[in-house]
Amino acid sequence: MQFASLSEFFSMGGYGFFVWLAFGVSFAVLIGLYWLGRWQSKKIKAGVLTELARIERIKAARKARQNKSIDQGEVTQ
Amino acid sequence: MWKWLHPYAKTERAHQLAGTLFPWFALPGLILFTLGTVWGLVFAPADYQQGDAFRIIYIHVPSALLSMSVYASMAICGFIGLVWQIRTCYMAIAAIAPVGAVLTFIALWTGATWGKPMWGTWWVWDARLTSELILLFLYFGIMALYASFEDKLQAGKAVSVMAMVGVINLPIIHYSVEWWNTLHQGATISKFEKPSMAPEMLWPLLINLLGLALLSGALVLQRLRNEIVMRELRRPWVINMLKEQ
Repeated sequence: MQFASLSEFFSMGGYGFFVWLAFGVSFAVLIGLYWLGRWQSKKIKAGVLTELARIERIKAARKARQNKSIDQGEVTQ
Repeated sequence: MWKWLHPYAKTERAHQLAGTLFPWFALPGLILFTLGTVWGLVFAPADYQQGDAFRIIYIHVPSALLSMSVYASMAICGFIGLVWQIRTCYMAIAAIAPVGAVLTFIALWTGATWGKPMWGTWWVWDARLTSELILLFLYFGIMALYASFEDKLQAGKAVSVMAMVGVINLPIIHYSVEWWNTLHQGATISKFEKPSMAPEMLWPLLINLLGLALLSGALVLQRLRNEIVMRELRRPWVINMLKEQ
């Protein structure tokens, strides 16, 4: 252990501002990159699932319309 | 002999492999990086000239070294992609570039915060600093070029060429402190010579180097998985995988 107290550790022999600025920003950027990747992965998945749900809805609507037209056809006869 | 490697060029296998490897990079990387940083910040002795400001070395040197080796790995991906026509390599380039850019930014940033108390200035336009800044712009250029093509196969070919041409900057960065007069000090650790650093200061540096290398690998794997999924959105295996998750 190179430091006698916690405040001495934070002051870094007078260079505290520069040392913590260097480490703080570096960690923040690394963590930020990781979270960006996670966010992108979630966004991609959500996008695909919405698209799939849309396709399902279109299919269902088409089927419903077909059934309806068949029904109407029977009525007119 | 190396034929077993071949199936991993397929995006599905590559995606799977990246997922399997991720924890093996992320966990040891996190442990080593924490260990090295705490050791460097708390237990390593202060420098006799620079006092405690020298502790910035424990993030500066690993990120600077990795910013260059990550670039080299990206150029190798470009070469393999162009020669053997493997699309997965282009996706790897797209995954590597942002990680490299972040490492280069960290190297420049920590260099500035180290330069201010030691040299009296945040920045000088000397050879080492300028060539490292060009490396950052190369990474940005590759990211922008890849994003600017609608057809990602064309994009991959273009960034491969750009990555390979940019390799010329690596020896320039490395030898800049020898070729030109500079404020920047010479190499602290080199492959061929005995390191110019006391072992109780050197060990945390080497641990942090390995830790940050593993963490960078984990970040690349994470981005590679995203990139593969984005490129293969219409493939049944991607749709099935996303449905099951």
